[in-house]
Amino acid sequence: MVMGAIWLGMILLSVGAAFLNGNTGALTPAALEGASSAVTLCISLAGALCLWSGLSKVMERAGLTEKLGRIMRPVFRRLFPQSCKDETALGFLTANVSANLLGLGSAATPMGVAAVRRMQKLSGGTEATDEMCRLIVMNTASIQLLPTTVAAVRAAAGAQSPFDVLPAVWITSVCSVGAGLLAAFAFGRIRCD
Amino acid sequence: MTDLLIPALMIVISLIALAKKQDIYAALTDGGLEGLKLLVSIAPSLVMLLTAVHMLRASGAIALLTQWLSPVSGFFGIPAETLPLLLLRPFSGSAALAVGAELMGVYGADSLIGRTAAIMLGSTETTFYTISVYFGAAGIRRTRYAVPAALIADLTGFLMASLTARLM
Repeated sequence: MVMGAIWLGMILLSVGAAFLNGNTGALTPAALEGASSAVTLCISLAGALCLWSGLSKVMERAGLTEKLGRIMRPVFRRLFPQSCKDETALGFLTANVSANLLGLGSAATPMGVAAVRRMQKLSGGTEATDEMCRLIVMNTASIQLLPTTVAAVRAAAGAQSPFDVLPAVWITSVCSVGAGLLAAFAFGRIRCD
Repeated sequence: MTDLLIPALMIVISLIALAKKQDIYAALTDGGLEGLKLLVSIAPSLVMLLTAVHMLRASGAIALLTQWLSPVSGFFGIPAETLPLLLLRPFSGSAALAVGAELMGVYGADSLIGRTAAIMLGSTETTFYTISVYFGAAGIRRTRYAVPAALIADLTGFLMASLTARLM
């Protein structure tokens, strides 16, 4: 429903602007050109995406997700003290966050959903707990170590070295997750006191 | 520094997997198939959205929007050209990807705008989608401060992306 509204909004906006600028003739060619450019984009993305997904699968089967999870235990105790008392919740949490770090989006979502479900069972209400909000922030602010899709798009657009944005992406990610968690802690404190 | 990152990663993860007695090649191809399936599943959405994005650009709507909002974005140091990406990012991953790819195509992948768009895409997520999936599945009705906290993280990401693209 939301996407339909966004798409229609974009079309209406462009028709409106075309009337304002008196270039309504440009709309139809642009529509067809846009559609075919999406297919070109998909084809140029296909190789890199296939390769990355293959490498991700190797990481997953090599047990790197669990290893990362173990390394992050101390951080988890600070962020999720309640859930850490429950082995099941902690397992889902670590799996979710480490899959996110490794860029295994398809593995991260089910684990994250399972973690929130378990947390809900533990809290027993229909209200988000502080720890759920923190988990949401960690999932909505990307913490992916290798932004492979973006690198693939850059490569397709002819970037000299597609991964040279990595340091910038890391710094940006750390700042945004940090700001989100700080905000979450601050909001949580205001409600409680 | 990033030159050898990917080859080294390939070797290291393959060796770890070998040590765990895993069939590396089967994992590579299984994962590759999943990647291609994912691409096929987002392809129709990319077609619809890039159609809309190209219409927006050809009609001059993007130029108008950029012109109107550039004083605001300039104040925060965000390139006005990336505003459509910024507006769509929390709602749709493929829409943001479509806008980002188009920006890199129009201005060049190594231009300031292209790099800013890439860093924005790499360091943010589809906030509203994630919140609705996670809380929807667990039956959480009152989301409390999850949305504002997540949006503060997004905003920080957009600001820092503009800053790091300029400096690094």
